[in-house]
Amino acid sequence: MSNTVSSPGVLSGRLPVSKVNENFSDLHEPFRSHEASVAADRCYFCYDAPCITACPTAIDIPLFIRQIQTNTIDAAAKTIFEQNILGGMCARVCPTETLCEEACVREAAEGKPVEIGRLQRFATDSFMKSGAQPFLREASTGKKIAVIGAGPAGLACAHRLAMHGHDVIIYDAKEKAGGLNEFGIAAYKSTDEFAAKEVEWLLEIGGIDLQLGFELGKNIHLNELVKQFDSVFLGLGLGAVNNLKVSGDDLENVSDAVQFISGLRQADDLTSLRVGREVLVIGGGMTAVDAAVQSKLLGAETVTIAYRRSKDKMGASTYEQELATSNGVVIRENLKPKTIIGNGKVSSVEFERTKQTSEGLTPTGEAIMITADQVFVAIGQALSVNEERLEFAGNKINVSGSGRTSCNGVWAGGDCVSGGEDLTVTAVAQGRDAAEDINLSLMG
Amino acid sequence: MANLASEFLGIKSPNPFWLASAPPTDKEYNVRRAFEAGWGGVVWKTLGEDGPPIVNVNGPRYGALYGADRRLLGLNNIELITDRPLDLNLQEIKAVKRDYPDRAMIVSIMVPCEEGAWKSILPKVEETGADGIELNFGCPHGMSERGMGAAVGQVPKYIEMVSRWCKQNTRMPVIVKLTPNITDIRYPARAALKGGADAVSLINTIASIISVNLDTMSPEPSIDGKGSHGGYCGPAVKPIALNMVAQIGNDVETGGLPISGIGGITNWRDAAEYMSLGCGNVQVCTAAMTYGFKIVEEMKSGMSDWMDEKGYNSVSDFIGSALPNVTEWQHLNLNYVAKAKIDQDSCIKCGRCYAACEDTSHQAISINDERVFEVINEECVACNLCVDVCPVENCITMEQMKPGELDTRTGKIVLDEYANWTTHPNNSGACVID
Repeated sequence: MSNTVSSPGVLSGRLPVSKVNENFSDLHEPFRSHEASVAADRCYFCYDAPCITACPTAIDIPLFIRQIQTNTIDAAAKTIFEQNILGGMCARVCPTETLCEEACVREAAEGKPVEIGRLQRFATDSFMKSGAQPFLREASTGKKIAVIGAGPAGLACAHRLAMHGHDVIIYDAKEKAGGLNEFGIAAYKSTDEFAAKEVEWLLEIGGIDLQLGFELGKNIHLNELVKQFDSVFLGLGLGAVNNLKVSGDDLENVSDAVQFISGLRQADDLTSLRVGREVLVIGGGMTAVDAAVQSKLLGAETVTIAYRRSKDKMGASTYEQELATSNGVVIRENLKPKTIIGNGKVSSVEFERTKQTSEGLTPTGEAIMITADQVFVAIGQALSVNEERLEFAGNKINVSGSGRTSCNGVWAGGDCVSGGEDLTVTAVAQGRDAAEDINLSLMG
Repeated sequence: MANLASEFLGIKSPNPFWLASAPPTDKEYNVRRAFEAGWGGVVWKTLGEDGPPIVNVNGPRYGALYGADRRLLGLNNIELITDRPLDLNLQEIKAVKRDYPDRAMIVSIMVPCEEGAWKSILPKVEETGADGIELNFGCPHGMSERGMGAAVGQVPKYIEMVSRWCKQNTRMPVIVKLTPNITDIRYPARAALKGGADAVSLINTIASIISVNLDTMSPEPSIDGKGSHGGYCGPAVKPIALNMVAQIGNDVETGGLPISGIGGITNWRDAAEYMSLGCGNVQVCTAAMTYGFKIVEEMKSGMSDWMDEKGYNSVSDFIGSALPNVTEWQHLNLNYVAKAKIDQDSCIKCGRCYAACEDTSHQAISINDERVFEVINEECVACNLCVDVCPVENCITMEQMKPGELDTRTGKIVLDEYANWTTHPNNSGACVID
C-alpha cells in the first residue's frame, strides 16, 4: 500500500485493511451475558416509566429489562418486538441519549442511565439469532395492501398488516430493501449486514411480497394503486438532496453526503473507497456527522464540519457531536458557505461568519477560507414525490390521526410525512400505527 | 481514636470482632491470616470427638441468595464440623494461641450427649491454652441427625445438662451457641444459664432450602440430584438474630447474661447494632467468606469513628444502650403521629413510592403530569413503605407531627401525652390509669 493519511488528493487505501476493519467495527460492543445481567440489575422498574414515554414506539422497557434479569431473554425480545418489530435496528441506531436513556431516572440520579439500547440489542440479537419468529400470521383476510417503500416505516407497517392476516406487497425503488437502515446509517452502527438480515428475518412471517425497482410516479402510480389495492401505505424516503446553491458546487470532489454514506454502506471493500486528505462537510445534522466520522475512519487527515448556525442549533445531538470530535473531527460553527473555489477540482471553500441576532442569523461580512480537497454537502433532504391526489404540508405529506392522508384509503408515515422527527424509531411507530388503523378500517 | 479493646467473660481481645466457628477458622493457615488481618479473636471450627474424622459431601456444600448485581444476601451450607483429625486441630490451636497471645481463641466443640465424651475432650482443649469453649448446639444439618448440634439445642434440658457437665469439667469459660430453629429463644437461653454457662452466642444457622433447580427439580446445593436442608446465614438473617438477642437481653431470667452476637454481621454498623442490643462482642462468618478477611479494617475504622463522633470511650459505653428501647407493641405511643415527606430536590421521579402506596397500601401519594409525587396527608398513615422502596436515601422521610397540629387523616389534634394500647378505648381489656 503506497497511500497514507498524508498523501495529497482524493485517494483510496489510506489505511491498512486491518485498521479500517477495526474503525468500522461496532460502535457499541454488544453486551456479553454477564454485562447484560449487571446492566439489567440497575433498572428500578419505575412506575409508568419515563423511558417508555420517551420511546416513540413505547416499548415496555422496565418489563423487558426485568425479563432479562430473570433470564427469560426470549420473553424480553417479544416485549420489544410487540411494539417495535425493528427493535434490533433501533437498539443500534436510536439516539437513546435523547430518548429513553435521557429519561431514565438514573440519568437524573447519577448521570448514568441504565444502558437501555445495549440491553435491547442483547435481547433482540439473542432472539433473532435463534431464527425464531415472535409472532404468527393470523388467518388470511383476503385483503390486499400496497406498501410503498421498504424502509423502517414500510417494513413496520407491512409486518403488522401481515400479522393481522392481510396480504402485502412492498414496492421499493432501490435494488435492495431496508431504506435508510440499508443505505443511510453509518456503517459502524449496523455491522455485519444487520439491516439486510433483519429484513429477511422480518419477512419470514409470510404474506409479504417484496417488489424491488418500483418507484412511485415512475413505474407505479398512486391512481392505479388505490384501484388495485384495498389500502395503500406510503413509507417513502426523502429522495432528493438539498443543493448548496453557491458557485463552484459543480467542481470535482464536491458531492452530497448521502451518496457517500450510501456508497460506503454498499462497498464490499472499504479500502477501495476514495477519501480526501482534507475533508470538509457542510451541514449540521446526523448525516453531516456520519459523513465526517466515516471520512476520518477511512483515513482522511483532517475533517471539518462547518455549520452555519451555532453548535447548540445542530440537528446532530450533543452525543453525536462528541462522537465526531472524539474521532478527531473539528466542528466549526457560524460559518455560511459563500463560494467553492478550485481549478477543476475543489481546493478550498470560502465562508462568511455569522452570528445570531434578534433578526435571526446575520452575516457579519467577515470572510474565512477553509482548505479542502473533498467537500460533502449535508444540508438536508427533501421529498421528491409529486402526487396531485395528496395534500402537502410544507414539502411533506400532510397526515392526520394514525397517518391518514387527504386521499381516502391512503396512509403515510416515516420521513415523508410532516411533523416527523426523521428517526428510524419514529418511522417504525408511524408504520405500525398506520397498519393498526388500516386493519381497523378494513375489518372494523 | 476510640478504644476498641474488648473484654468478654474476662477474655481480652484488641477489638470485638471475632470470626465465628465456621470454614474460615478450620485451620492454622486461615486463622493466622485472620489474625494478621486484624481480627480480635476466633472461634475455632467445631471439633468432634477423637476417632475417624467426619466426612463431608464431595459436591457443592453452599448455595446463595442474591440481590441486585449478585450481591450475596444469604448463604446456606451443608458442611459438617471439622473433617480434620482432632489431634491436628489441637496442635494448631496451641501453636496459634502461643504466637498470638493477645487474641481471643475460643474452641467450638460438639461431641455426643454423654458426659464421658465431654469429660474426655475438655482437658485436651484446655491443654492448648485456649481462652474458652463454645458448645455447638446449633448446627441444623447432618450432625443433628446423629443426636448432636441442633438436636441438643432444641431440647432445653439437654442444654442445661451439657452446660453443667462442661462447667464441672473445665476451668475455661463456657459459651453456649444457640440454634434459632426453635419457637422461643428464651427457653434454651434460660437452660444454658441454669446449667451454669457463662454466656450464650447466637444465632447459629437457620434450617433452610436455598433454592430449587427447575431443570433437575433438585434442591440446591444439589448432590447427585438430591439436596438436603442446610443452615442459612448472611445479611438476610440479621433481623431474626437481632430480635432473639433482644429477647434474651430483656428476659427477666436471662437479662444480663453475656451474649456474643452472630448473624449476618457485614460491616461496623451491623456490629454496633448487635452490641447496642447488649452483645459484648460479635462473630462474623459470611461477610469474611464473601469478601475475605480484609473487611475487618472497615469494621474497626467505622466503629471507632462512630464512637468518637458519639463520645464513647470504650465499647462498654454503648453496649446494651438500645435494649431499654425494645418494648412490646402494646407499649408503643399511639399519640405519636408522623407523615411521609418527599424531598422534591432529591426525588428522581421513579415512582416506586407511588406504585407501592397506590397498589399495596393507603393511596396516600399523588402523581401529576410532571411526575411530581406528593404525599396526601389525609391518607398517609406513616407506614414507611415509601421510604423503604425509595432508591434514594433520605429522599422520603417520616416527619413527626407536633402536638397541637391537626392530623387531617383522623381529624384529631395531635396530643402531647403518651398513650398506648393498654389504655385505648377500643381495647376491651383496657384499664384506665389515674
